[in-house]
Amino acid sequence: MNSAAMNGVAINGVALGRRFFRRRFFLLLLAIVLCGSGAPALRAEPLVADLSDHLIAITTGFTGAEVLLFGATEGDGDVIVVVRGPEQDLVVRRKESIAGIWVNRHALRFQGVPAYYAAASNRPVEDIVPQEMLLRNEIGAENLRLTAAAATKEDAGNFREALIRRKQARELYGVETGEVAFLSNTLFRTRLFFPATVPVGVYTVKVLLVREKRVVSVQTTPLVIRKTGLEAVVYDFAHAHAAQYGIVAIFLALVAGWLAGIIFRRV
Amino acid sequence: MQIYLPIAEVSVDVFLLLGLGGLVGFLSGLFGIGGGFLMAPFLIFIGIPPAVAVATEANQIVAASVSGALAHWRRKNIDIKMGIVLLVGGLLGSTAGVGLFSFFRSLGQIDLVIALSYVIFLGTIGSLMFAESARAVFRRRHRKTSSRRKLHHHLWVHGLPFKMRFHRSKLYISALLPLGVGFFVGVLAAIMGVGGGFILIPAMIYLIGMPTTVVIGTSLFQIIFVTANVTFLQALHNQTVDIVLALLLLSGGVIGAQLGTRFGAKLQSDELRSLLAVLVLLVCARMVWGLVITPDDLFSLNPVRP
Repeated sequence: MNSAAMNGVAINGVALGRRFFRRRFFLLLLAIVLCGSGAPALRAEPLVADLSDHLIAITTGFTGAEVLLFGATEGDGDVIVVVRGPEQDLVVRRKESIAGIWVNRHALRFQGVPAYYAAASNRPVEDIVPQEMLLRNEIGAENLRLTAAAATKEDAGNFREALIRRKQARELYGVETGEVAFLSNTLFRTRLFFPATVPVGVYTVKVLLVREKRVVSVQTTPLVIRKTGLEAVVYDFAHAHAAQYGIVAIFLALVAGWLAGIIFRRV
Repeated sequence: MQIYLPIAEVSVDVFLLLGLGGLVGFLSGLFGIGGGFLMAPFLIFIGIPPAVAVATEANQIVAASVSGALAHWRRKNIDIKMGIVLLVGGLLGSTAGVGLFSFFRSLGQIDLVIALSYVIFLGTIGSLMFAESARAVFRRRHRKTSSRRKLHHHLWVHGLPFKMRFHRSKLYISALLPLGVGFFVGVLAAIMGVGGGFILIPAMIYLIGMPTTVVIGTSLFQIIFVTANVTFLQALHNQTVDIVLALLLLSGGVIGAQLGTRFGAKLQSDELRSLLAVLVLLVCARMVWGLVITPDDLFSLNPVRP
């Protein structure tokens, strides 16, 4: 599916809908476009959403990417968006001063930590759903389920907070909940930002529709981030054929040094 | 213009890398050093992960040393036999060094080990160099004629077994001495991402007692192979060699080195050495500063390698 064209349909649709069509009809149209022609067209979904891109390609000039998430709800309701990156295992280390030098002393290993995390909503999440639901659905970085075998409860809390803080410092975890903008009562959109250091892998974008403190509908869309072109070739080569890669690296360096010697001898 | 480095996985300005390569190349041409001890800390400073900085730097030094070694080869300033003995030690040392690197990395102490190695070796070499060049400048200013130095001093290390004759260096010494020196420099090359010239050259002159004419060529000769070994092993075990980064640094470096060499010819060698000593001590001070100031955040994150 051509995402640019889809985007165009959505934007044109807003203008057209306002001018000519009843909102309900437009919503149906959007739903058909978003779900593809195979979806049961007459039964309106309570929630439909899609991304402007399903693939973020990391190329030579990659400096981060922004993806537009847009969709529509049937009737009123609040929208919460949660983006999670691939899971990774992390070691969090704490420095201590030993004889005036700062040295890593204590370490704690966390398993299944999302490499990237961001959340967005149309109004403060605390006003939309109760706290236990934030925890259960892991809405907001501070509500992520991050567990590790810590000696004390206080330690576990400190290391957990540090993990989130360090991730936020690298822009890999959202500092605060992003904003979902409603264009009308039912149409919404938000921007998802991914920094240049974003890890590759399969991401999931989960959109929740909440009505009267209850999740009425959930839609999950995958988003793939991968290296393409020269970046992918070099990375894959370095990992799949490590020995040959090393030899090529040395060979390139030898040739470059030899060439430089020859060129500058003549100058 | 930003470029995404495939192995370092960060986006960096191309001109910053070319400029960095050029600047370090200029200094290395000026002082006749590899420049690894300047480049690796700079790379870490601009946000390249330390493991990638150190491994890629080894790859870049291969290229930098080749053009220098070729020039010395043409002038027959290389003691091949001595170079090979140093090299055997160097290959063993750098292999052990890459192993140590992986070990300290798994303990989470690699950054500390790198920083401490820099502080100890740069501090020692810098102070010795500064003291010596200051004395030389002082002597020259006061127009005193110094007595001619002996060809080399006899130390206890020259009494070790397995004596070998090195014609080019006019030496008859134990092979264990260059072997040990090579091993030690090899370990440092792997851990610090340097060629090790700044340790090897003083060791060759003062410890082994080689004539200064063959010292630089022989040191470059052995550095090519030791850094090539480090590059290969880092690529094999840690996948931390970034070819794109190495090529960018290199392009800036070769041009800078030529300019540096030309500029250096206009300066007095004693002045050059005291300048280099100041530079070495500055890098050392920066490292000490990094170790003792209270970090912004006491916590750090490290991915667990599968």
